[in-house]
Parts: sequence; C-alpha cells; structure tokens
Amino acid sequence: MAEPLFTSEEQKTFDAGIAEIISHYPPDRKSAGMLPALRLLQEIKGWLPPDGLRLVAKHLEVTPERAMEVASFYVMYHLKKPGKYVIDVCTNLSCSLWGAEKMLAYLEEKLGLKAGEANEKFTLRETECLASCGTAPCLQINEDHHESLTKAKLDAILAKLS
Amino acid sequence: MASTAKTIEPIISAAWGKPQSWTLDSYRKRGGYEALKKALQMEPAAIIDEVKKSNLRGRGGAGFPTGLKWSFVPKDSPKPKYLAVNGDESEPGTFKDRYILEDDPHMMLEGIAIASYALGVHTCYVYLRGEFKFPAERTQAAIDEAYKAGIFGKKVLGKDYELNCYLVRGAGAYICGEETALLESLEGKKGWPRLKPPFPAVVGLFGCPTVVNNVETLASVPAVFQQGADAYAKLGTDKSGGTRLVCLSGTVNRPGVYEVSMFTTLAELIYDDKYGRGMPAGRKVKAVIPGGSSAPVLGADELDVAMEFEALKVKQTMAGSGGVIVMDDATCMVRSLWRVARFYAEESCGQCTPCREGTPWQTRLLRKIEEGRGEPGDIDMLSNVASSIAPYPPIGLGNTICALGDAAALPTHSFLMRFRDEFEAHIREHRCPFGDKPWGSFGDWS
Repeated sequence: MAEPLFTSEEQKTFDAGIAEIISHYPPDRKSAGMLPALRLLQEIKGWLPPDGLRLVAKHLEVTPERAMEVASFYVMYHLKKPGKYVIDVCTNLSCSLWGAEKMLAYLEEKLGLKAGEANEKFTLRETECLASCGTAPCLQINEDHHESLTKAKLDAILAKLS
Repeated sequence: MASTAKTIEPIISAAWGKPQSWTLDSYRKRGGYEALKKALQMEPAAIIDEVKKSNLRGRGGAGFPTGLKWSFVPKDSPKPKYLAVNGDESEPGTFKDRYILEDDPHMMLEGIAIASYALGVHTCYVYLRGEFKFPAERTQAAIDEAYKAGIFGKKVLGKDYELNCYLVRGAGAYICGEETALLESLEGKKGWPRLKPPFPAVVGLFGCPTVVNNVETLASVPAVFQQGADAYAKLGTDKSGGTRLVCLSGTVNRPGVYEVSMFTTLAELIYDDKYGRGMPAGRKVKAVIPGGSSAPVLGADELDVAMEFEALKVKQTMAGSGGVIVMDDATCMVRSLWRVARFYAEESCGQCTPCREGTPWQTRLLRKIEEGRGEPGDIDMLSNVASSIAPYPPIGLGNTICALGDAAALPTHSFLMRFRDEFEAHIREHRCPFGDKPWGSFGDWS
C-alpha cells in the first residue's frame, strides 16, 4: 500500500484549513478556494504532491486537471519537491541597478548552483520584481524578504541556514 | 539641492515608522474610523457623490476616477455585489502598497468599509500578491482586530449592516494585478484576463457586480470624509485630488516611498532634500521611467513635469502606479530594456498570440543586440515586433485582450525613440559599449 499523504497531525491541519477556506466563499463556489487550498497543502507538505492535488480537487469539487492547471500557472507552487531553502533573487531593473546580477553570480558560485537549479538544500531561482525596489538588491528565502543586501549581510544570512 | 519643493501634510504615510502604527489602537488614537462613522450616517448615493467630488483617482495604474467607477455598479441588481481589493503590487518599480499594508492597514480597512457600505457590498476580498508574507500577516491581524471591535461582521459599528472581509494571497503572477485576471484568480482559476466589456462593475466576481480598487485608493478614502471632499480635491489639481505615493528607485542617493502633492515634479523627487537627494557624485540622470516599468521612458531633459496623470499624459507617458526608476549615465539602455522586456515575457499569461509570441521575441532580439551579435535590421525588427503587440502611439488597447501587451510594447517603443543611437552603437561595434559594466557601479556589488 502506498504511503499515506498526511500524518494524523497534518490531516487535522488540512481538514481545519480547508473547512475555513471553503467558508469564505458562496456554497456553490467552493472551487474559488483553489489558491488558498493549494497554499495550505504546500505549507504542510513543502510542495504539491499529485495525491495532494487530487485531494484538494475532491474537496473543492473540481477535476484534478483543474487543480493541476492552477498549480502549474503560478510560480510559487512547487510541483517538484524543492530544496530546503528556495532562494529567489530579483534581477529586475531597479535591483540590477544596485548590483543584482553580480549578487546572483556570487550566489551561484557560493552554492555551486546555476539559477534554475536545485539540490537537497537549495533551490536557486531568478525571480521577477518583489516590490523591494527602494531597498535593492533583494531576494527572498522561503517567502521571507531580505533587502538592501551587501555581501556581508548575505553571507551572514546564508551562514544561518543549516 | 536644498529643499524647495512645496511641503505637504502627509495623509497616507503620516503614521509610517511610528511605534505600533499598524494596530487598531494607534489608528483610533489618530482619529481612525471616525470617517466611517460619518459615512454610515449618510445615504450610500451621497457617499459616492462625495468621492466623485473629491477627484480621487485610482492609484493602481490607470488613474480612473474612483467615484465614477463606483457609480457604474447597477443599483437594482438582484445579485450580491463584491469589492475586490487589488494588492497584487508587482509592477517593477512599484513598492508603495506594501507599506500601507505593513504600517497602517486599518486606513485601508476603513476605506473598504466606507466603499462597501456605499456600494451595498457584504463581502470584500483583499487580494495580495503571494510574495507579501509579512504584509499579509499585518493585514490579517488588522482584519481580526476589526472583527473583534465590531467594525466587520454582522454589524458595522452598531449599524445593522453585515460586512465580511477575507484576505487571499496570490501565488506569483504579475498578470493577476490586471483586474479581470484578479477576478479569475479569486475564482480559483489561472489568471487569464477577460474581454471587456462587460466591465467588472456589471459582471465581475462570480458573475456579480464588482468594484476592483487598489490598496492606496481605498486607503485614501477616509481622508475624503475627514477633510471633506472639497478640501481633499483642493490638495490636488482640477482633475486629480489629494496626495499620492510615489516610489523612487534606481540610481539616486535616497530611494524610498514618498507622499507627494500632485504638483511635485520628477526633478524635485529626484533632487530635493526631502526626497531623493540627487545623484551619487559624478553621475548624471540619463533616463527616468515615471510610472512603473511599463510607462514610456523619459530623457534627462524631460523631468520638469508634475507626477500627475494629466501632466504625464502630455509627455506621452503615464503616472501609472507611481514607480519612478532612475537610470544614470553609466547605465546601458539596451541592457535596461532587456531586463524590462524579459519581465513581460516571463509574466505574459499566454492567452493572446501577439503577447505570448511577441514578448519573448523582443527579449531574444534585445539579448542578441546586448551581447554584440546584433545585425543591421534588428532594430527595425524589434520595433516591428513591438508594434505587432501594440502600435505606437497608442490608440487605445493594442492587439491583446489586456494591457499587458501595451505594457510590454511601450518600453520598447519609447527606448528606441529616445536612445536609438545606443542600440545602433551596439550593432556597429559588435559589443556593448559599456563593456562588462552595463550597470555603472552602485552599492556594495560594484
């Protein structure tokens, strides 16, 4: 038998979360909860496993294809298990004017990964504007923003990631 | 230069940076929710009239008059009505709404309550871009406080009127800032814009009448009722009332978000001591994008213009979302446009062919030119591709369902118009004239 998707603790979190999400929408519009439901699943599992997508679809009364369509459209959903730390580096105009391209090159060398690659510990990606243009350059690590980055600041942040 | 720009009394940003400014307690001490009390004693139609009189215009990009937008919602519709708050702030160069959400979310919530009451809305969805983790935490905490304090829920400040407010986070898609894509996303779908008409005011969320307003727009509403519509209107120009937030980034000494008057010019924003404090030593302005990366770029000799919708329209550009990006004379214009073009190629939703195919095509051509592989004819080709997405000068919407196509084409048209010689130099010299320093050298990474 395949391994169950959730531990019993995770199952409780998911059930409570999905009930709350559905309560925010009209009774005949459960499917509107797709984005929050996928976020919930990803917060529990760290990514969106196929079984999880099917489960979300079942709760929202849509086909699994519909869940997959949404999951594959938005960049923040992980359809593959990412590294423990997902590092998204903004290289848009305002950040590039403050050295983002060089910061990315530094990270690539330090982590031994090219942008777009991943290993167990890190996923490194180039991302689009994070709305931190006034505090450039910036990046986010698992959705936490880090701004006005200098080499020393970045090194200190990386040193804390075990 | 010393400060010569007219001083304004900040409205939206007044409490930013003060201790606990994001709490209900702090907001109430500053007179928070008094405007809502006033509004709840008015007829809904009178509230809309006040907002019309205030000349408040949308702060999300298009600058549409807010009261007029509200008045398009049919009064006799049997369907429920919705308010959707656009907090999908993703236009490169724009970072103002997050400060409202982080530092004074109740100001927006009060605007939401006033708007909802005026429109007969009982459910409001606040849609924030997925990356806004911290702003979302602050906003959710404020919503929870508002429920506890009887501002949201079965009754609003004791009045027999139910209002619910839910926060929804997106998941990383610039297109969801387009109002109909936002509605699709709120309905749990991929963010594909809808054809207009019908406009959301008539057929919006779940097929029901819906108003979509930007975060800053709603945060501006309480001031209209605190100060009175006439006083609020008088702060601005004939056609654009109040104050606005602008976001200054790029190669200036002091980037940041500043609340300015509608008369403040780009030059003042960049050089005045109250704002950007000029350029780093030895550098000059080469180019400025005045309203988010999709706004046509201006040259250094065009900065004596107010950062206001009508004034910038005269310059054939736009005030947009208030994102001002400054590029200095050590910045390569081809590289800059390549970065911007890449963004639109990445964020095109793929629905319309001209945008889906044209945005990556622009990007490939720009990369080719920047890397010294450009050939004669490439610049005309680039211009041609951009025109196929959206012709220039703009004649309404381009060849796509939504404005992302125009947003992708306008930078190309305007960069080529003002800096064509730099593009030609790349092709002539078979290299980037800036060598391995296309960005000048700023900050720690130079």
